[in-house]
Amino acid sequence: MGKEIRDLTVRSIQKVGSRFVHIRLGSNEPLPQMVPGQFVQVRVDGSPSTFLRRPISINFVDYESNELWLLVAVVGDGTRRLAQLQEGDSLNCVLPLGKGFSLPQPLQKKGGRNTPKVLLVGGGVGIAPLLYQGYTLNQRLKDAEVTFLLGGRSSSDLVLLDEFAKYGRVLTTTEDGSLGTKGFVTNHPALAAERFDLIQCCGPTPMMKAVVSYAWKKDIACQASLENLMACGLGACLCCVEKIASPIPSEGREPVVRNVCVCKDGPVLNKEELTWQS
Amino acid sequence: MAKLEVSIGALQLKNPVMTASGTFGYGLEFQDFVPLDQIGGIIVKGTTLAPREGNDYPRMAETPMGMLNCVGLQNKGVDYFCEHIYPQLKDIDTAWIVNVSGSSPEDYAECAARVDALEQVPAIELNISCPNVRDGGMAFGVTCAGAKSVVKAVRECYHKTLIVKLSPNVTDIAEIARAVEAAGADAVSLINTLMGTAVDIERRRRVLSIGTGGLSGPCVKPVALRMVLQVRKAVKIPIIGLGGIMNAKDALEFMMCGASAIEIGTANFIDPAVTIKVRDGINEWLDSHGINDVSDIVGVIE
Repeated sequence: MGKEIRDLTVRSIQKVGSRFVHIRLGSNEPLPQMVPGQFVQVRVDGSPSTFLRRPISINFVDYESNELWLLVAVVGDGTRRLAQLQEGDSLNCVLPLGKGFSLPQPLQKKGGRNTPKVLLVGGGVGIAPLLYQGYTLNQRLKDAEVTFLLGGRSSSDLVLLDEFAKYGRVLTTTEDGSLGTKGFVTNHPALAAERFDLIQCCGPTPMMKAVVSYAWKKDIACQASLENLMACGLGACLCCVEKIASPIPSEGREPVVRNVCVCKDGPVLNKEELTWQS
Repeated sequence: MAKLEVSIGALQLKNPVMTASGTFGYGLEFQDFVPLDQIGGIIVKGTTLAPREGNDYPRMAETPMGMLNCVGLQNKGVDYFCEHIYPQLKDIDTAWIVNVSGSSPEDYAECAARVDALEQVPAIELNISCPNVRDGGMAFGVTCAGAKSVVKAVRECYHKTLIVKLSPNVTDIAEIARAVEAAGADAVSLINTLMGTAVDIERRRRVLSIGTGGLSGPCVKPVALRMVLQVRKAVKIPIIGLGGIMNAKDALEFMMCGASAIEIGTANFIDPAVTIKVRDGINEWLDSHGINDVSDIVGVIE
């Protein structure tokens, strides 16, 4: 699948929640095929302190209308500038980048069920790629049962809930208890009460570590989408590395730990690759 | 269409635009964006005798008009390059140049000797200026004796074009340039990154894992231009200029200051197709000024 540099046009931009903007970008030409979990490198013009592109995960793609959605958390000068874009403005993007979510083959269905249960866990702006992943799972696995477990500091962090509800059950947690279960995503009672066949997560590292640790304990296939700081987004500069464990070559030998580029070999990594267990 | 071919010693380039080591991978990462065979020369990622994992994350900090990195020469080693990467590159018609690094003159020499055997690699760039590894790298590039010792050792076993990449983190870059010229270098490239640091005030600590990193991007261009002018007055061998080149205008500035060719580095991260735009921009400028040969502008500024 080829990568390209393309100017996309802002079809709409909307402030959502207390700290996000939702940008719908359009193109006259057909968009390239994009996999959920992949990302776009966005050039930020007109912000003197923003030199590098900003990696933004793909929130949704509608190939019929040639529309790409981005959910951007406003955290610094670069994203503040993105939040000021106007309808009709052009946004220069390099896309699609990275390795997205995948389905383990075959998807093990535990407990004699016929329907694979997939849990998509998102925290903060990490909820963004899960919308497209939820949609894609519905397309790919007609019989899948998709559950979104979305966490934030408060209710204003949990956005696009109507969109998520189109593709699965939506569970929420907030640290201040303003919506859903009070606490972190890992405090949600569904994790203790239900059995999932696959977990895919994206969010702050401590959250993903907790989710991956849960998946290890319950022996569930799990993938996490990392957001290490990156420069090129193409696997050239080697700035965004994560130490991963290669599969154990033979019994009794230590796995080989090496650096991989989150931008190219990730951002989605399997729990077996992550060196987070300690 | 002006003549864009330039020569760096015996090395022939189809145009003066090259890519800076560590910013363009092995070229293949960029082939969706640029036809690699239209780039004058591609200098691949810093290569060492033994594989290196590099420094811990975080390795990068954005700065105003630039960035700091402390990657620390992560690479799979020269043998891996020769066996697994070179076969993918050799049929692409550009000047493939390997950036060679090491921690002793013997290391450098052995690594260079193995690259010498690769038919489609007409030159190496000796990295005696990496600010991010403790055992070697810049240690050789900051003294005349150190620089000389590495260049001499490599010159004895490397028979093609030998480019030496100079560190700006020195008191007098001209003196180092003279030393490497005397030791047998065919050309110098400058500048490597400037050593700097970045601070996280909330965590009250430095951002990068090893504390310091190399600064690159347009913020270093004025320093680089000044050093190209200085080195040009000190040596007779050709100069390859780099440091913050973002467009054809920047490239022309370096060439007018005395660079026979230029390297594009950090700009590849902002625009993966920048190399070809710079080549085209140089050509357009020459045409619009009635200049027939790009070499005619080299060193026209005092």
